Amino acid sequence: MPFIEIDGVHKSYGDTPVLKGIDLNVEQHQVVTLIGASGSGKSTLLRCINGLEDISGGQIRVDGEVASGRGTDVDRLRRDVGMVFQHFNLFPHMSVVRNVALAPMRVGGVPRAVAEEQARVLLERVGLADKADRMPDQLSGGQQQRVAIVRALATGPRALLLDEITSALDPELVAEVLAIVRELAEGGMTMLLATHEMGFAREVSNKVCFLHQGVLLEEGPPEQIFGEPQQERTRAFLRRIVEAGRL
Amino acid sequence: MTVGSDLLTAGPARPKAAAPPRNALPLAGTAVAAVLAAVALTAVTALSVMDAVPGAGVAVTAGAVIVAAAVLTQLRPALRAVRSSRKAAEAWAQDRRADARRAVSEAREDAWTALGWCLTALVVLGAVWFLFANDRAVQRTFFDRDVIGISISEIASAFGTNLFIAVVAQVLILVWGLALALARMAPGRAGRPLRLLATSYIDGFRAVPAIIIIYLIGFGLPLAKVPFLSSLSPVWFAILALTLTYGAYVAEVFRAGIESIAPGQSAAARSLGLSQSSTLRHVVLPQATRRVVPPLLNDFISLQKDTALVNVIGTIDAFNQSKIFASNHFNLSSVTVVAALFILITIPQARLVDRLVAREQRRGKGA
Ligand SMILES: Nc1ncnc2c1ncn2[C@@H]1O[C@H](COP(=O)(O)OP(=O)(O)O)[C@@H](O)[C@H]1O
Ligand SMILES: [Mg+2]
Repeated sequence: MPFIEIDGVHKSYGDTPVLKGIDLNVEQHQVVTLIGASGSGKSTLLRCINGLEDISGGQIRVDGEVASGRGTDVDRLRRDVGMVFQHFNLFPHMSVVRNVALAPMRVGGVPRAVAEEQARVLLERVGLADKADRMPDQLSGGQQQRVAIVRALATGPRALLLDEITSALDPELVAEVLAIVRELAEGGMTMLLATHEMGFAREVSNKVCFLHQGVLLEEGPPEQIFGEPQQERTRAFLRRIVEAGRL
Repeated sequence: MTVGSDLLTAGPARPKAAAPPRNALPLAGTAVAAVLAAVALTAVTALSVMDAVPGAGVAVTAGAVIVAAAVLTQLRPALRAVRSSRKAAEAWAQDRRADARRAVSEAREDAWTALGWCLTALVVLGAVWFLFANDRAVQRTFFDRDVIGISISEIASAFGTNLFIAVVAQVLILVWGLALALARMAPGRAGRPLRLLATSYIDGFRAVPAIIIIYLIGFGLPLAKVPFLSSLSPVWFAILALTLTYGAYVAEVFRAGIESIAPGQSAAARSLGLSQSSTLRHVVLPQATRRVVPPLLNDFISLQKDTALVNVIGTIDAFNQSKIFASNHFNLSSVTVVAALFILITIPQARLVDRLVAREQRRGKGA
C-alpha cells in the first residue's frame, strides 16, 4: 500500500483551477520529485497533502487514512508528514534550539529540558550544535534551512514534504542542504519534493513527475524523464532548463 | 529605415557647455543680514521686557546677552558662506569645475545653517515679546506666579486621578482590544457572526467622539439605574467609557500587527502540528507584540490626554481642579499648570516611541 495516495485531486482558488485532477502515489521509503514550471501547482499540491489547503475534489490518503476533507485528523496527519518550505519560515523570535523543540513541547507534551536536549542532538547531527543558542537571523540561509529540516524531523514524521528548499539560497549554500536530503533518502525517509535542482532530482529520486498547468503530464523513473521524455511539453521544459545552464 | 539605424545615424554628440553652479552669494548675504537683524531684535525685545518688568534689568540683560551671543556664533558660517561663494566664482573662471561646485555646495549649507538658527531665534524672541506685550497681560494671564504657587499642589494631586484613569484603562484596553481583534478575525463560516459583531462595534466606537461616550455613560448609567453599573463612581464611568472607545482603536492596532506577520509563519507552525491557538500564542502574538508596541503607545498617549475629558461628568481631575482655581482668580495660570503636567508625562513616551520605531526599522533591515 502506498504511503501517500493522491486520487483525482482538484484545487481551485476562487474560480481559478490550480490542480486539475492529480493522481500520484508515493510508496514507503520512496523519493518522488515534482518538477515543472513556476506556477504549475507544485507548492499547492504539497500544501494540500499537509492539510494547509483544502482541496476542492478527489481524495488524499496517508498511510491508508483519509487525509483530506472534513473530519480529517490534521494533527495526526501532520505528526506523520513534516514539511519544509522554500523560505525556511523559522520563528525569528526564538533561538534555534527553541525552534526545534517547540513542536515536541507543545504538541508532543515533552518537558522543555528533554525536548531541548533532543533538539541539540538533532542539531549536532547536521553540524549545527554550535548554533543552537543563536537566533535564526544570525545564521546563513543554508544553516537556516538545515535548522528547518531538523525542526520538521523533531516530531518524528514518517514522510517529508520539501518545497523548493534550495530555491532561496545562494548557490554556494545549496550543497550543504542537499547533503542532508541525500542522507535522509539513504536512510529510507519517504519524501515528496518539489525542486529545480534537476541534477539532484536525477540522483536521489525513485520517481520524477512533471507537472504542467495543474496536470501531471508525465511520470517515470528519472532516467526516462530526463533521458527520453515522452511528452513534447516535458521536452520543452527540460530544454529550457538546459539552456539556462541548470542541468 | 528602422528606428534603430535612425538612432545610430543621429548627428555626432556635441559636448554640452557645462553650466556654472548656481551663485550662492545672494543667499550668503541674506544669512549675514539675518544674523545681524536677529541680534538687533534681541536688543529691542530685551528693552521692551525691561519696560514691562521694572527691576529685572540684570536678569533680562543676562538673558539678552546669551541669546545675542548664541545668534552671533552663526556669523561665522554666514561669513564663511560669503567667502566660499567668491571662491566658487574664482574657481569657475579658472575652469576648476569640481572645486567650484564643492565651494558652492559648502556655501549653501553654511548659509542655510545660519538662516535656520536665526529663524529659531526669531521664533523664541517673538514668543518672549508676545508674553510681555501689552504691559505683560499675556504673561499674567497664563503664567502668574502667585496663582501657579497657590494651585500647583492641589492640581498635581488631582492629576493623580488622570493617571489612575489612564493606567487602569490601559490595562483593560489591552485585554478588550485583543479580544475584539481576535473576534474580528474569527475564521470560517462559523466565525462570521462574531466578525460582524466585532466589526460593527469597532466601526461604531471609532465613529463616536470619546467625549460623547463619556457623557452618555457618566450621566446615562446612573439615570438608567442599571444594577451594579450605576453604582460606580464617576472615575470608573470614565475608565469604562475610555476602555470602550480606545478598545476599538487598539483592536485595529492589534489586527494590523497580527496580519503583518507573514503567513509562512502560521503555515510552518501548523505543519509542525501546533493547533490554531498554540500557533497564535507561541508564534504569531509574540512577533506581533513587538511590532504593535509603538502604535499602541501612540494610542495610549492620546488616551492619557483624553482623561481630561472626564471633566464633563464632574470628575475632579486635574483639569477640573484647575478650572476651579481659574474661575476663583480670573486667571488661567492654573490651567497652564495642567498643560505642563501633560507635557511632562507625554514627552518621554513620545521619545520612547521614536526609539522603538527606529529599533524596529533596524531589525527589519537586518533580517
Ligand atoms: N493563495 C493563492 N491564491 C490564489 N492563487 C494562488 C494561491 N497560491 C497559488 N496560487 C496560484 O496557483 C498556481 C500554482 O501555484 P504554486 O502551487 O505556487 O506553483 P509552483 O509551486 O509550481 O510554482 C499559480 O498560478 C498561483 O498563482
Ligand atoms: Mg512553489
